[in-house]
Amino acid sequence: MKNTFIPVLAGAVVAMTAVSAANAATLDDVKKKGFVQCGVSTGLAGFSNPDDKGEWTGLDVDYCRAVASAIFDDPKAVKFSPLSAKERFTALQSGEVDILSRNTTWTMSRDTQMGLAFVGVTYYDGQGFMIPKSLGVSSAKEIDGASVCVQTGTTTELNLSDYFKANGMTFNPVVLEKLEEVNAAYDAGRCDVYTTDASGLYAIRLTMSKPDDHMVLPEIISKEPLGPAVRQGDDQWFALNKWVYFALLNAEEMGITQANVEEMKTSENPNIKRLLGVDGDFGASVGLSADWAVKVIKGVGNYGEIFARNVGTETPLGIERGQNALWTEGGLQYAPPVR
Amino acid sequence: MAVQNETGDPPAKSRGGSVPSFVYDPVVRGYVFQFLLAAVLVWLAWDIASNTAENLQRANIASGFGFFDDRAGFEIAQSLITYSSDSSYGDAFIVGLLNTLLIAVLGIIFATIIGFLVGIARLAPNWMLRKVATVYVEIFRNIPVLLQLLFWYKAVLSVLPQPRNGIEMPFGANLSNRGMIIPRFIPQDGFAIVVIGFAIAVVAAIVIARWAHARQMATGQQFKTMRVVLALIIGVPVLLYLVTGMPLEVEYPVLTGFNFRGGIALKPEFIALLLGLSIYTAAFIAEIVRAGIKAVSWGQSEAAYALGIRPSLTTRLVVIPQAMRVIIPPLTSQFLNLTKNSSLAVAIGYPDLVSVFSGTVLNQTGQAVEVIIITMAVYLTLSLSTAAFMNWFNSRMRLVER
Repeated sequence: MKNTFIPVLAGAVVAMTAVSAANAATLDDVKKKGFVQCGVSTGLAGFSNPDDKGEWTGLDVDYCRAVASAIFDDPKAVKFSPLSAKERFTALQSGEVDILSRNTTWTMSRDTQMGLAFVGVTYYDGQGFMIPKSLGVSSAKEIDGASVCVQTGTTTELNLSDYFKANGMTFNPVVLEKLEEVNAAYDAGRCDVYTTDASGLYAIRLTMSKPDDHMVLPEIISKEPLGPAVRQGDDQWFALNKWVYFALLNAEEMGITQANVEEMKTSENPNIKRLLGVDGDFGASVGLSADWAVKVIKGVGNYGEIFARNVGTETPLGIERGQNALWTEGGLQYAPPVR
Repeated sequence: MAVQNETGDPPAKSRGGSVPSFVYDPVVRGYVFQFLLAAVLVWLAWDIASNTAENLQRANIASGFGFFDDRAGFEIAQSLITYSSDSSYGDAFIVGLLNTLLIAVLGIIFATIIGFLVGIARLAPNWMLRKVATVYVEIFRNIPVLLQLLFWYKAVLSVLPQPRNGIEMPFGANLSNRGMIIPRFIPQDGFAIVVIGFAIAVVAAIVIARWAHARQMATGQQFKTMRVVLALIIGVPVLLYLVTGMPLEVEYPVLTGFNFRGGIALKPEFIALLLGLSIYTAAFIAEIVRAGIKAVSWGQSEAAYALGIRPSLTTRLVVIPQAMRVIIPPLTSQFLNLTKNSSLAVAIGYPDLVSVFSGTVLNQTGQAVEVIIITMAVYLTLSLSTAAFMNWFNSRMRLVER
C-alpha cells in the first residue's frame, strides 16, 4: 500500500499540472495530429450534409477543407464533428473542435462574451418563415397566434420573439434541440410555421414529405451573417483562418479557379503573384508555405465555385448570389488585399 | 502485522523503543491517512476550480452569475408563472424548474397508481388479467425510455388531427395535435369562501378520523369514518359554492385563426412525456409491488382467516402493511429515476429545466460551466429531498417492535 501510494499521487499531480499547461498553439496541434477537427451541423443541405457516400459536402464543409488544403495540401485532411446548435459553442470553447463552421450567426455577445472569434461572413443570410400553402397566408404579418417550430440555442429563437412583439402578435413556440426533430415536428403538422435562416428554409423545404405543399414567406426579419469561428487567444490560428477565407474571395475576384490556378502562377499581375506566392512569402507569418493560396484553390476552388457547387442556381437549393456576390458585382463579399 | 501483536505487548516495545509508539499506532495511522486523503481531495477540487476559472478568463469567456438578471428575450411554450420574453434568465430558470417539478410530481402519482394496479393484477386469480399485466411489464420494462418517449410523441402527433378538425370533447374541451385544450375556471369574488370551507372540512375530517381511531382502540366500536369524511370534504365546498352563487367563470377555448384562444392547453409534448414516463416507471413499480405482496408469507393470511377476519380486511390490515415495508425502499429509487428521466424531455421539446435552462439559456449566455453546475445542483436537491421524504415515510411504516 505504502509503496504504490506515492507514485499514484505523483501521477495525479503530473496529470493535473499537464491540464493547466495545455494551451499550445492550435496550428501546432493540428499539424501534429495531421488533420483539422471541424464542427459542422448535423445535416443541412448545401451547408454541411453527408452525401450518399457518407462524404461531408456543403459551403461550411468546403471552408474547413480550404483550411486543411492550406496546411496539408489535402482537402480531405479534415475530421467532422456534427454538432447541434446547443452543443456548438461548448465544443469550440473546450477545444473539441479547431474550427466551428456551422451556419453560425455572428453577433456581439458571441464575439465578446463567449470566447469566440468570427473569421468572416461566408454567407449573408436573414431569418424567414416557411408555412404550408394550405394555410392560405401570404405575409408574415398574418401569422398571429401561430405555433412556431424553432431550434433551441439560436439567434432565431430571439429574433422570433422580437418580431412578434414588435408587430403586436403572439405565438406558441415549439422548441426542439436537433434540426431533424424540428423538421419532423413541422412535417407532422405540430406547428403552423417553421422559422430559421432563409437559406436553411429552402434546404429544409426539400426534405419535407411534400416540398411543393410548403412556401417561404417573403419577409426577412433579421440580419444573419453566417460564418466560421475559432477560439479567442490564438491570434496565429485566427489570422490563418481569416486569410484562407480572404484567399477564396480574392481568387474569385482575380478570376483564379481550381482549373486555371497553375497557369495563373505565370500571370504578370502583381496582385495575383502575391496571392499565389510567386512574389514574396506571405505564408510564413501564419505558419504556412509561400504557395498556401495555390493549395487552397487547388483543393476547393474559389468562393464563387464553392457557392455554385453547394447552394447555387444549378443545385436543388437554387439560391441566387444576391448579397453574397462579390463587391465588384453589387454584393457584400469583400476581401482585403494580400500585401 | 497481526502476528506481532498476538503477544499482547505494546508494539513500540517490541521495536526497541527508538521509534515513537504513535508511528505504529493503527488509530493514529488511520487518522493520518484519512487526513491525507481529505487534503488530496480538497486540493484536487481547488485545482480543478482554479484551473477552470483561469482557462475561462484566458479564453475571454464571461463568468459569474450576473446573467440571472439579464433580459431573456425568448418565449417558453408552457409556463406556470407569468413569463414573457421581457422576463429575466432567472425567471426562465424558475419556469423550467416548475415544469420539471410538475412532470415529476404528476409522473410519480400516475406511475404509482398504474404500478399498483398492474402489480396486483399480476397476482390476480383471473388468468387473462394476469397475462395482460405480464405482457405490459415485460414490454415497457425492456425498451429504453428515450425510445418510448419518441414513440409516444410521434404517436400523439400522428394520430391527432389539425386544430381546425379538432375532436370535440365533453365540457367544451378539444383534442388536436396542438394538445388537449380544456376550459379554464376563473375564480370570481366570493370563491375564497369555498376554499376556506374546504380547508376547514379537511381539518375536521382529520380530527374525526383521529377520534374514531382512538375510540376503536379504547372500546372496539367502529365508526363509518370513510363515509363521514367524504361527505365533509365534498359536501361542504359544494354547498358553499351553491350558496355563494357559483362564483366561478368558465372560459371555453375558441378556435381563432390558427389556434385556440382561451382555456388551458395540455401540449402534446407534455402529454407524451407524462404518458411515457408514467408507463415506463409503472412497469418497474408493478414488479416491486408484486415482490412486496409475495414477501408476506401465506401463513399471515391463514392466521387472519383463522381469527375470522374477512379476506378484504385481511388484505388491508394484514398483508398490505407488511408488504409496504418491502415496497417502500425500492419505490423510492423508482421515484428518483422518474425525476431524473424527466430530463429526457429535451428530446421531445417539453420545456423542462434541461431544455430551457441548460439548453436555451446556456446557449444565449454561453456560460456552460455555471449553467450546468446549477442544473446538476437542482437535480441533486430534488433527488435528495425525495429520498429524505421517502425515508421519513419508511420509518413511519416500519414494523414497530415492542
